[in-house]
Amino acid sequence: MRRKKTIVTLTTALAPAERALNVLGTDLTEKGLRRYLNGIAGVDAVGLEQRAAALGTRSIKTTSKRWALDTIISLIDLTTLEGADTRGKVRSLAAKAITPDASDPDCGPVAAICVYGDMVPDAVAALGAHHGAPDRGKIAVAAVATAFPSGRASLPVKLSDTSDAVAAGADEIDMVIDRGAFLAGNYGRVFDEIVAVKETCRREDGTSAHLKVILETGELNTYDNVRRASWLAILAGGDFIKTSTGKVSPAATLPVTLLMLEVVRDWYKLTGQKIGVKPAGGIRSSKDAIKYLVTVAETAGEEWLQPHLFRFGASSLLNDVLMQRQKMTTGHYSGPDYVTID
Amino acid sequence: MTRLAVLKTYKLYIGGKFPRSESGRVYELTGADGSFIANVARASRKDARDAVVAARAAVTGWSGATGYNRGQVLYRIAELLEGRRAQFVDEICRQEGVTAKQAGEQVDTAIDRWVWYAGWADKYVQVAGNGNPVSGPYFNLSTPEPTGVVAIIAPQHPTPSASLLGFVSAIAPALVSGNTVVVVASEKTPLSAISLSEVLATSDVPGGVINILTGSPAEIAPWLASHADVNALDLLGAGDLDWVDLQIDAAETLKRVLPPEAGPDAASPSIDRITFFTETKTVWHTKGMI
Repeated sequence: MRRKKTIVTLTTALAPAERALNVLGTDLTEKGLRRYLNGIAGVDAVGLEQRAAALGTRSIKTTSKRWALDTIISLIDLTTLEGADTRGKVRSLAAKAITPDASDPDCGPVAAICVYGDMVPDAVAALGAHHGAPDRGKIAVAAVATAFPSGRASLPVKLSDTSDAVAAGADEIDMVIDRGAFLAGNYGRVFDEIVAVKETCRREDGTSAHLKVILETGELNTYDNVRRASWLAILAGGDFIKTSTGKVSPAATLPVTLLMLEVVRDWYKLTGQKIGVKPAGGIRSSKDAIKYLVTVAETAGEEWLQPHLFRFGASSLLNDVLMQRQKMTTGHYSGPDYVTID
Repeated sequence: MTRLAVLKTYKLYIGGKFPRSESGRVYELTGADGSFIANVARASRKDARDAVVAARAAVTGWSGATGYNRGQVLYRIAELLEGRRAQFVDEICRQEGVTAKQAGEQVDTAIDRWVWYAGWADKYVQVAGNGNPVSGPYFNLSTPEPTGVVAIIAPQHPTPSASLLGFVSAIAPALVSGNTVVVVASEKTPLSAISLSEVLATSDVPGGVINILTGSPAEIAPWLASHADVNALDLLGAGDLDWVDLQIDAAETLKRVLPPEAGPDAASPSIDRITFFTETKTVWHTKGMI
């Protein structure tokens, strides 16, 4: 019943989110939220892109590279989000998450596997004893929810999508924001949806599934919008802000991720809370992924390079990292025949 | 008034593009008379790696084309070679110190050989394939299929006619069946290979099917021999290298390896050179369903 009350209050006042109350004060209205978000300084696009390009030119030498490759593996959300997904596909994904490189038992595991909500029971079953918190070397199950990837559904549908996944054992929920509402300036609606989904992430035992808020930056058009959406998602209670669904081009880019990391850094300075960032989609090579590691370390800080604060949403990236890793181990170049097929 | 000289930059040919060496290195190329000809890109192991990536990406398209189509595309290269005849003759003269007549003969032979191999593209399967007698109600058919990425060390010595003819004899047979190639050109006489890359870029061959590296075979060959994503190794021009070690490296990943050849009959046209870079696919088909 609590859910319905949230819808009723949409037009007048915003759902009370602890963070927003602390930052915006008790007068939590749509007008107040809009004033706050529109008051955030604009983004220097040229400066941002130049900074991102500069961070991408760092030369990473052998020992650091080895560390970087292992770190990347521990930060990957191994993903399969296709209409053609089957239980068998999810099982093989789980097997790969546990043992990424069959020729090297020291390799892995990844941080999480990311699947559609209805595949969560299969993912949990396939992981078995390996299912758990990635910070403790286990593998989490992340589920996309709220009418992923478009987000075009009514709130009750989105909430039941979420509660299904949580009930099935998902540790993390990747929700999409209503980009239409955001672009129309209807920030309050986006805010309330995030608050409602966050509430739905709560489990009966009092714990809560981690909430990743997908901004779908490829549809937000400007860096200013990305910055505003990032603040909005954090204010509403997101534990992670994620760039993209992977279904829209452009997906994750280095400048956009840098921008989101800057918001996370500013939020940390403001409140002392650490928010996670997850670039997803379009990161296919180890070389690209290493650029992201450099950007994280230089922007938010090295303590962000752990599974509960930074993730890569990727599928083909893992194979490239494994091939690079094999090259460093054996001394000769590896090939796609020596890693598993996704 | 004298014109300022417009000098050409001799680059690599990888994935249908002309990059400089990733390392930025070049080496001095001198002609048969010892005079300076050009600075040629000296490919590094990373260039070789990039070339293998490009070649791998091109395998699906090239091997998926019909034999007839591949034959047409290869024949088109011969047409373009014919149009650039004068340039090739000139370069062979400068590199090998031979007469224009001898150089012209080499170009003609190379073009003819290219046409000869092109013709096999839609025929070699019929010759090398087989219907096998089996004791059961089945058709049993074996057909050769391309093995994938072939790394080639092109003939290195100016004699006999390494420049163009040796290069063509090395790459053409691997291409016929639908393999893609990464080839290390002759270190001392690479001009013909570089000019051929310009012909290829304007022909119908998809980018990545033929990748040409210039530089030191001794430096690049070990990386290609041990590369797990290379399916076969043609050591045709590797006679001066430590080629037994290359064979051993190649064996680690079960590559097909052709040994070096020397002398006037080296890499003479043969269907064996085509079928060597193929794998045999055997299909059983029941007679009962017909």
